[in-house]
Amino acid sequence: MANPANNEIRYLNPPTVEVKKKKYCRFKKSGIKYIDYKDAEFLKKFLNEQGKILPRRLTGTSLKFQKKVSQAVKRARHLALLPYVTDLMK
Amino acid sequence: MLRNYETVFIATPVLSDVQIKEAVKKYRDFITDNGGEIVHEEDWGLKKLAYPIQKKTTGFYHLIEFKADPAMISKLEIQYRRDERIIRFLTFALDKHAAAYAEKRRANKSETKAKEV
Repeated sequence: MANPANNEIRYLNPPTVEVKKKKYCRFKKSGIKYIDYKDAEFLKKFLNEQGKILPRRLTGTSLKFQKKVSQAVKRARHLALLPYVTDLMK
Repeated sequence: MLRNYETVFIATPVLSDVQIKEAVKKYRDFITDNGGEIVHEEDWGLKKLAYPIQKKTTGFYHLIEFKADPAMISKLEIQYRRDERIIRFLTFALDKHAAAYAEKRRANKSETKAKEV
């Protein structure tokens, strides 16, 4: 079918080699030291649609602040500022 | 030694305005009577709860920031548990970063209030 002398793989579109953006911890970068459990709008950035806490590998948060985020989210849930379980939060 | 604390409680929505004030006053007095010192207070008003608590979907939120002896906190929480008007509470000890944040928040609040007036 193909030209036997030309065994190279051909792409229809040239494969795009994405330059991976380096993730960073937003708390370290902007110097936030305390994460407020009362600010539900801010904490929503770290939740998915079901209200679950997003993993560090997606948000890029450092371990130190991930712990604080999760602590704050749990406090907010206790005070019914955030739901424990939900659908389509955003 | 006094430490910085803040406490948020949710009162049931079935109470009238007068009853809410009464409940808030009770805790305010409780703190001051037990050697505490109220730093700041915020009334968030009637808010929708993210999920129903005791079959109620709304509640009156109230925040009190205060300085108190650590031994007083358990007494305060006993008061909360005994009180049927309170459906949820959280007491939180502020560390130095949290205290700095709380101060900034207070400053912001008073600024916006001043602008409104």
